[in-house]
Order: sequence, then structure tokens, then C-alpha cells
Amino acid sequence: MTRYSDLYDIAVVGGGNAALCAAITAAKAGARVIILEGAPLPYRGGNSRHTRNFRCMHRGPMSPLIDAYEEDEYFNDLMLVTKGKTDEHLARMTIRTSEECLPWMQEHGVRFQPSLSGTLSLSRTNAFFLGGGKALVNAYYNTATDLGVTIVYEAQVRHVHREGQAITHLDVEIAKAPAVTIRARAFVLASGGFQADLDWLARAWGPSARNFLIRGTPYNRGVVLKDMLDQGADSVGDPTQCHAVAIDGRAPKYDGGIVTRLDCVPFSIVVNRDGQRFYDEGEDTWPKRYAIWGRLVAAQPDQVGYALIDAKSIDLFMPSVFPPIVADTIPELAAKMGLDPAVVQATVDDFNAACRPGTFHPTELDGMATEGLATPKTNWARPLDTPPYYGYQLRPGVTFTYLGLKVSDSAQVHTPDGPITNLWAAGEIMAGSILGQGYLAGFGMTIGTVFGRIAGKEAAAHVA
Amino acid sequence: MSLDLAPSLTATEEARRQIEICNACRYCEGFCSVFPAMTRSKAFADGDLTHLSNLCHNCRGCHYACQYTAPHEFNLNIPAALAEVRQDSWERLARPQAVARMFHERGVAMAGLLVVALTLFFALIAAARPTGGEGFYAYMAHNLMIAIFIPAFVAPLALIGLSLRDYWREVGGGRVRLRHLAKAGDMAGRMKNLNGGHGDGCNFEDGDRFSQKRRIAHQLMMWGFLACFAATSSGTILHYVFGWYAPYPIWAPPKLLGVPGGIAMVAGAIGLAALKLRADPELGARRVWGGEMAFIVLLGAVAATGLALYAVTGTEAVGPLLAIHLATVMTLFLLMPFSKMIHGFFRFTALVAEAGKLEKTR
Ligand SMILES: Cc1cc2nc3c(=O)[nH]c(=O)nc-3n(C[C@H](O)[C@H](O)[C@H](O)COP(=O)(O)OP(=O)(O)OC[C@H]3O[C@@H](n4cnc5c(N)ncnc54)[C@H](O)[C@@H]3O)c2cc1C
Ligand code: HEM
Ligand code: SF4
Ligand code: SF4
Repeated sequence: MTRYSDLYDIAVVGGGNAALCAAITAAKAGARVIILEGAPLPYRGGNSRHTRNFRCMHRGPMSPLIDAYEEDEYFNDLMLVTKGKTDEHLARMTIRTSEECLPWMQEHGVRFQPSLSGTLSLSRTNAFFLGGGKALVNAYYNTATDLGVTIVYEAQVRHVHREGQAITHLDVEIAKAPAVTIRARAFVLASGGFQADLDWLARAWGPSARNFLIRGTPYNRGVVLKDMLDQGADSVGDPTQCHAVAIDGRAPKYDGGIVTRLDCVPFSIVVNRDGQRFYDEGEDTWPKRYAIWGRLVAAQPDQVGYALIDAKSIDLFMPSVFPPIVADTIPELAAKMGLDPAVVQATVDDFNAACRPGTFHPTELDGMATEGLATPKTNWARPLDTPPYYGYQLRPGVTFTYLGLKVSDSAQVHTPDGPITNLWAAGEIMAGSILGQGYLAGFGMTIGTVFGRIAGKEAAAHVA
Repeated sequence: MSLDLAPSLTATEEARRQIEICNACRYCEGFCSVFPAMTRSKAFADGDLTHLSNLCHNCRGCHYACQYTAPHEFNLNIPAALAEVRQDSWERLARPQAVARMFHERGVAMAGLLVVALTLFFALIAAARPTGGEGFYAYMAHNLMIAIFIPAFVAPLALIGLSLRDYWREVGGGRVRLRHLAKAGDMAGRMKNLNGGHGDGCNFEDGDRFSQKRRIAHQLMMWGFLACFAATSSGTILHYVFGWYAPYPIWAPPKLLGVPGGIAMVAGAIGLAALKLRADPELGARRVWGGEMAFIVLLGAVAATGLALYAVTGTEAVGPLLAIHLATVMTLFLLMPFSKMIHGFFRFTALVAEAGKLEKTR
């Protein structure tokens, strides 16, 4: 195809937040840029289209963020969730740079709004995109178009040609046609993680991974990541790890996004396929616990859990997109959910008998704990005794994977023989360089914005 | 399961399916009044949906920002879903419903009524031409005009009043306070719900890019219309209260309001029609596209013929132009309850109701 035969200054692989930040930065520096987005137009923007906020350092009030959120507090928050598995140098640089990202984003069309209802606790630390991540992605595509960036959809990059310490060109399948060659003088890889490749997940996690649901785009299959790893690029992050949360079992296999989340666990008892409880549902507040429930459910037989709730608690959490299963008795509810009614009734009876009186407080640790159970519930433990009873099926929903390319603080991709002179990476594909496990809400977009801009700047300087 | 795509859903059921998805997402909370209103409920009764649909200004921001639009299986199209419910509410709460349905859907019906009105006024001017009178009144006596237009204005307004009363019951509106009216006046006066929440405007004619064009065109139309209405009213007052008869000089209220108002309406009509041609019809109530376009043209014609009438003062053209102008005005008045004109009444009422509901949740 002659259209793509030109020599571009910079080819950006991917079409999400990190790719767009890189492309815009490079184009503004005067480079001729092409974006190769593997997805078709309606699905452009990868996982970024499902996001709602980014976490931003600020030394004083900075609209829409209130008060201050300084480097040390931010860094400590990160250390807590990653249990120390954090690259301090890169993390601190990312945190410091996040402050200048907010005005940069506004300048390039992103609009913010006060925290969404039900997320007020984040109004100091996280800036919410008006309209969510797809609005952000739309704004960036318009900005990139206005800057003269060439944008190609359904452009699946299959292979990155490395010659020594340089990249020469890409093999790209456009609209499922046989691969064409796209040449550029510098390259930015921003094609996300590999979580949509169930085979890869199954190899890393075991066959049960095939039962996982993928919360985001089906287009992040790690093709480019694998290609680079096969060519000896330095890698970082545990290949067997992925970030998974418990979501509604009826969610679509891919792209269910935010609406499939279920916030009912603290006010429920959760049983497995065999009708047994398996973990303390009230261990901590939900924002601090939602991320472990994906793995908890994944470890149960058939990778499924069942949350049981009574009428007292049904209005205590954000509505879910799927209606709950409803029944007037526990055995009836169990039967409707495909569980053994007698076993579930026994589990509920044991639980109810272990509950103690106390003052119930849905929004704070209220200490209403069970007594004498092998698996206690340490907060919000109230007997299930008020019909109708409600049930939700839970399954693990994968957000992203941790394995990635190891980059330097200039976003450059490295090999054991040193850096690749004209290759940079940004976003999920290199996020493992910063956080090895755990996740801090809003940090994914921060990494993509910070490193996307660095990659764009460095690549533009390289070709200038 | 509520997410199954059953094509047999009614407009209200389809809107409910979609709004329930939004209520679990809420990413669009900042665009307009609809989403904050939505978060008050977990379940949506028919009346709630009627209310939300009349709050929606069809800015389309939530469509282009939505990660669940087709080809996604959730298949969201909030602007269209709410437009259908809104349109249904205007037709269902009108009386007679069948008349409303006909005029909303068919521009041809409106054209038909216009022809009838034209015939009437040409015949009247030919048959009942007064012997005295100056200016327009040399062609048609002032009292005759009043005798025709007062009932043609008041009767439709009475029908609208009944519809709004039904609407108020259906959406569970509370007691109206002056401050609710003031709030609604401010929202409509600046058309806040078309500014996107961020002030960049709406997504109408240019895909996911924001623009102020529709908001500006609409405000030209709306304020122009209100100015023309004020001009006509001031003329009536001058006539009956002060005994000062038309034609008025350029500095008198009827001209001072009417000429800029008329120009604004013509500009607004051209703008709204042009934008409508460029906008994606799939994000509105498809079946009434023709009726809506006819309504824009009618408003433009009312203003243009009014201005033309002023321009030809003293010439032979006044007679036929007067007949044409009066016919367009008559058509507009008669169709107030049965055309897109009803939107101003319903939407304003929705904004008043919402001002009250907001107070209750605080
Ligand atoms: C439901 C959900 C909600 C989230 N909410 C938040 C949030 O609120 N805040 C936050 O900070 N993070 C959030 N995250 C995480 C966040 O989405 C990611 O951290 C971030 O989007 C990563 O950006 P990226 O540009 O690296 O990848 P992506 O946005 O995923 O972009 C990757 C791009 O690469 C393209 N691509 C893949 N393979 C190829 C190929 N071979 N050739 C060409 N193109 C290819 C894809 O089509 C896609 O456009 C959320 C994730 C999910 C799933
Ligand atoms: C009272 C407050 C009013 C409000 C809140 C309001 C609101 C709106 C909104 C939101 C739209 C766009 C969505 C749609 O097409 O339904 C619209 C369209 C329109 N309005 Fe209004 N309006 C008001 C009064 C008026 C008045 C007084 C007029 C003039 C007589 C007017 C004329 C129009 C026209 C011509 C359109 C274009 C319809 C189209 O594009 O199909 N509006 N109005
Ligand atoms: S329109 Fe889409 S993005 Fe907006 S609130 Fe609804 S589901 Fe969320
Ligand atoms: S179309 Fe605009 S006004 Fe209507 S609900 Fe969506 S964002 Fe609100």
C-alpha cells in the first residue's frame, strides 16, 4: 500500500492514553507522527477508554483537586499497596511529574469535574475526567488530528524489526490485509499489557484463567510485548501476576468496564460453589479490599463466588448493572443460584448464630464481628434474616497484567547490550518498571501520561 | 436479564434499560442536569423517565463519551433513547393525541394547515377589507385581527396548561416556589444544559468535537422569538391602553424589539436548520425529524415575513404579505400544543420541577 510507504519521523504503536500523549508531544515538537491503533475506530483507546480519573500530586488546591497531596504522602500510599515492590526513583519521578500533567491535559482538550457521587473520598487525590476516559481519548484524537498526526485504525503491529541496537521498521496488518512495512526513524511502544490473550494468561496462571473475565479491551493481547521479549528486551514484573477484582459473573467476557463491578461484599456473606464461606468479607473498607477479591474468587473451585445479602443491606452500595437474584428464603435463593440449598442454609445458620449485637456503621469499620467461626467476619456482621434475600454471582475480572518492558527514566527500552537507540515505551507495557504488585487507583493513567510525554519528547529529540 | 437486547421494548423500557447502566457508571455526571437527577434513584418509574427525558437537552455529550455505544453489546444511545421517551410524553400528554402525533411527525401536515390559513387570510382581506384604517389596518381591521388571534392563542395555551398539569403529576413535581422559577429561567436563559458542563458547548453537528453553534443558534431563535412576542404585546398595550396606533416609529417598543428579534429569529432558523442537516439523525427521535425541520422553517417564515412586511411599508405588496405573515403566525399559534413548540413549555417545566427536586435531596 503506497499510502504508508513514506518514512515517518516517529511511529507510535497503540492508541490509548500513553500512545496519544506521546504522539501529541512529538507532533508539537515538529515531528511527523503516525499512530498505529490495532482496534477499529469505535473501540479505539484501549483500556484508557474505561478509566475515570488519574492520581495527581499537588502542593496546594488545583482545580478540581482540593487541599494538597504531596510527594511523600503519594509515595507512601504507593508503597502500602505494592508492599514495597516499587522502584523508588521512577515512582518519585512519576509522582513529581504528575503535577504538571493536569494543566497539560487541560491544554490538550481533557476536561475535569468534581468527584463523582459516591467517590468523594478521592476528591483530594484523583482528578476525574468529565465524561470518563473515552471523552479523554476523543479529545486527544482531535488534538492529534489537528496537529497533523496520521492515524490508522485496525493497524495491528505484528513485528518490530530490530537490527543491533536500533529498530528499522514495523510489520503491520491493516484492516486484516497482509502485512505492510511501516518505516520510521524512531518508535514508541504503547500497546498495553497482554491480559486479553487468554492462552497467555492460562500459561501463566493455569487453565482456570480461561474462566476469568477481562474488564477492558480485547485488543491488548501483548503481541508487541511478546515480540520484544523474544528479541531480548529487558523485562520486569512477575509474569504470573495480574490485577483482578471480583465482578458480576454475568459480565461480558471483554470490555464490561466499570459497570460490572460489585461493591456488595462487605455487606454480604460470600460462599463458594460448595456453599462454604472462604474469607473475611468485613476485613476492611471496600476501597482497600476490592483488589484482593479477584484472586480470592479465582482460587475457589470453578473460579466463582456467590454473595448473599438480605433486605437490610441491599441499598448500602452503588447499584449494579445486573439485577440481583431475589428469593423469599435462603434455600430458594441457593437453588436459584445453582447451589445446594441445605448446605447454604447451614452456612447461613452458623453465620447468624455467630453474629453479636453492636452498632452498625456502613461507612466505617464498626467492629461488628462474628464470634467462634473458623472464617470470621470482622466488621459489618449482621445476621441474614430479613427477606427478600438477594444474590450476586462473582467472578474474577482482570484489569491488567504486570509483566512489561523495563525502561529507564527517559522511557527508553533496554537490552542486556544497552539501550535501543531509537525505541521508547510508555503506559501499561512498561508499568511493571514502577509497580511490581498491587495497584493504586488512578496510577495507571498517571504512568501513561508521564511516560507518554517523556517518550514523545525523547523520540522527537532523537529525530530532530 | 435486563441487558438482553429485546427489540420489542417500549421507548420507556428501553430508556430504563439504558439509564440503569448509566446509574452504575455515572461517568457523564458533569455534562448536564440529567445525570445528577438520575443518581437520586436506584429504580426508575415511568414518571422518573419522563422527567429525565425532558431534562435532557440532546447535547449528545454522553453518547460520544460512552464506552458502551454500538457495536458494544450494551448498545447505549442515551440521547436517542431519551428523545423517544420525551417525544412520546409530548404526544401522550397532548389532547387530542392523534392530532399531536400527526403534526409532530409530518411536516406536510403543517404545510397543509398553513395553506388553509393562507386561504383564510387572503379571503378575509379580499372580502372584509375595511374602509378606513392606516398601514396594515387599511387591509384588515384591528378588531378583526384581535378577534381571530386572541382565541387562536388562548385556546392552544389552555390545552398546553392541561398537558403541563398532567406532566407535573406524572413526574411528581412538588410545590413551586419563586426561586425554582428563577433557577429554571437562568438554566433556560443561558441554555446551560447545552454548554457541556465544561463550557465548550455540545456535540451536535461535528461528531465528538464540541461547539457552541447550536447553543448560539438556539438562543438567537429563543430570545428573538421572545423579543418578537414582547413587540407584539407592547403594540397591543400601546393600542388599547395608550391609544397609540400602528405604524410605530423605529424607536418605539414594537419596532425596537421586533426588528432585532425578527433578524435574530431568521438567523437562528438558518443556523438550526443547517446544523440539523449535518447532525446524525440516529441520535435523536428519528420519526419526527421531518416535523422538527418544518417547525424550524415555520419559525423562520414567521420572522422573515414580518420583517418583509416592514420593508414593504406603503407599497402594494403589503396586502399579500400581510396575509402570508398572519397565516404563518396563525399556524404557529394553533400548533403550539401539537408541534415542537411544545418543547419550550415541557422543558421549562422540567427545569422548574428539577429545581424543586434538587432542594429536597439536599
Ligand atoms: C475497567 C477499567 C477501569 C480503569 N480505571 C482506571 C482509572 O480510573 N484510572 C487509572 O489510572 N487507570 C484505570 N485503569 C487502568 C488503565 O486503563 C490503564 O492503566 C491505562 O489505560 C493504560 O494506558 P495505555 O495507553 O498504556 O494502554 P491502553 O489504553 O490499553 O492502550 C493500548 C492500545 O494499544 C493497542 N494495541 C494493542 N496491541 C496492539 C498491536 N499489536 N498493534 C497496534 N495496537 C495495539 C490497543 O488497541 C490500545 O489502543 C482501568 C482499567 C480498566 C480495565
Ligand atoms: C423555554 C425554554 C426553552 C428550552 C429549555 C429549550 C430547549 C431546547 C433544546 C434543548 C433544544 C434542542 C433539542 C431538541 O431538538 O429537542 C431545542 C431546540 C429548538 N428550540 Fe428550544 N427551548 C426553549 C424555548 C424555545 C423557544 C421559545 C423557541 C422559539 C419559538 C425555541 C425554538 C427551538 C427550535 C427551532 C429548536 C430546533 C429544533 C431542532 O433542531 O430540531 N425554543 N430547544
Ligand atoms: S452514557 Fe455511557 S459513559 Fe455516560 S454514564 Fe451512561 S454508561 Fe456511563
Ligand atoms: S444528551 Fe446531553 S443533555 Fe441529554 S443526557 Fe446526554 S449529556 Fe445530558
